[in-house]
Amino acid sequence: MADNIFEVSDLRVDVADMTRKPLFGPAPRLEILKGISFTVPRGVVLGIVGGSGSGKTTLGRTMVRLAEPSGGRMLFDGHDIAHLSDAAMRPLRPRIQMIFQDPLSSLNPRLTVGRTVAAPLNARANDPRVGEALEHVGLPAEFAQRYPHELSGGQRQRVGIARAIAMRPEFILADEIVSGLDVSSQAQVLMLLEKLVAELGLTLAFISHDLSVIRRLCSRVIVLRSGEIVENAATADLFERPQHAYTRELLDAIPTPDPSIRW
Amino acid sequence: MSGFLEIRGLSARLAGTGQRLLRSVDISLPAGCVRGLVGESGAGKSMIGKAVLGVLPKAVEIIEGEILLDGQDLQKVSPAERRRLIGAKAALIPQDPLTALNPSRRIGPQITDRLVDILGWTKARATTRALEVLAEVSIPEPERIMRLYPHELSGGMRQRILIASAFAAEPKLIVADEPTTALDVTVQKQILKLISELQARHGTALLFVTHDLGVVSKVCDTLSVLYAGKVVEDTTVERFFAAPQHGYSSALLAATPRHTDPSSSLKPVPHEVLETVAAEIAASDAAWRPNGGARG
Repeated sequence: MADNIFEVSDLRVDVADMTRKPLFGPAPRLEILKGISFTVPRGVVLGIVGGSGSGKTTLGRTMVRLAEPSGGRMLFDGHDIAHLSDAAMRPLRPRIQMIFQDPLSSLNPRLTVGRTVAAPLNARANDPRVGEALEHVGLPAEFAQRYPHELSGGQRQRVGIARAIAMRPEFILADEIVSGLDVSSQAQVLMLLEKLVAELGLTLAFISHDLSVIRRLCSRVIVLRSGEIVENAATADLFERPQHAYTRELLDAIPTPDPSIRW
Repeated sequence: MSGFLEIRGLSARLAGTGQRLLRSVDISLPAGCVRGLVGESGAGKSMIGKAVLGVLPKAVEIIEGEILLDGQDLQKVSPAERRRLIGAKAALIPQDPLTALNPSRRIGPQITDRLVDILGWTKARATTRALEVLAEVSIPEPERIMRLYPHELSGGMRQRILIASAFAAEPKLIVADEPTTALDVTVQKQILKLISELQARHGTALLFVTHDLGVVSKVCDTLSVLYAGKVVEDTTVERFFAAPQHGYSSALLAATPRHTDPSSSLKPVPHEVLETVAAEIAASDAAWRPNGGARG
């Protein structure tokens, strides 16, 4: 077992820029990630932060191999998964899970919570692992019979978390999972996530645009801007001694709930 | 002091089910002041903004209460008169600049239409005014921008255009409904500063609907905390952030992430607090008699 769950070097992702495609011939390539290198040590909670269009979601989707990079290496527990085929990825998939931004569009409205959580396990809804996963996220076992529309936003997001942890993964990617929630449910979901990371020994990559949340939850932070890492530091260092001008700009823009701190 | 906007005992319900959406809401907003309406989803904060602008969904009916805009009760005038009154004195800065702008029309007419249709200005006068306000929100080359379509602009630019459009008729009241939720933090800061600046320069009263207490602390003077359509606390920003009076307010503040003090933030709202506030609402519902008697 490698010490670093992820080792990423010179990761590049580009897409065809269809807005500038000539009538004949191929479209020019648009670089989304421009050679990114970083490591994710086992057991850390890594924050990935940046403005819209900075490539944070693309980075996340590439790490869980929902997208294929166009260049670079990406070692997951020592295996280079950058260009693995779907079939070769399959045995690794249970170890890498994802929690999505919008629980309403990532939960099948026609499946009960129990079946949703059981689906990746290839199990029935009455499998004991389903009840266990629901218990872990603080939902009563009866919720297995409910449908997503019968739940509140916070509860739906808990189902998304239950589905991810039911597989007993080593790594979870959480992409803006609380941006659609109210502050009170946001606090509940984040505290739950913090507890699960400690209890289950997970490694978590947490994509967010909210630096206050990152400060509370993450041990390391990567700051992205237009496809490049501008800063990669321990959370406390980043907040106390930001090195890059863009990081300072981001920090200055946080609306701290304190009227004595003027903008 | 009587406010430019006075909401007194406003109650609304969902037609058919009779479910109460607003519970005897009182809000006073003097000219030139900024009041935040804070609460979680479903608390009724946007509903109040919509009631003020006379754009409540058909399914929502006002049971009682008055909305006074510059001393005139909006409930007591004809719909046409209400439309003219609100159009002349109030404006909206909406949440999502992409859905608020018509994708198939150029920016220019989308700003001037309102001035021509509701205020009866000539096209030339409306265009001059539009160019003026676009320059005021620091949009470069306003003449060129007027000819563009919404998709040709960034999110921050679109929001600036809506701000310009809101200020174009020199309204005395602006309702801003989560105007920066769709934006990046850095752009959010610019936009909020711009709104504050314009509000102060024109002495506009601003009703600022948001779920973000951080934003409230930066732009508002006073705030109303809402829970289930009821104002649970009505206070000034200084007092609120120093010592919130209501249990629910303190819980909301403790749940808000705060990077300067991470360990004491992001505290989930305790169950007891929600039970207490639910009990208060049940008690006030039981005591409430619409129109002084007949049960609604």
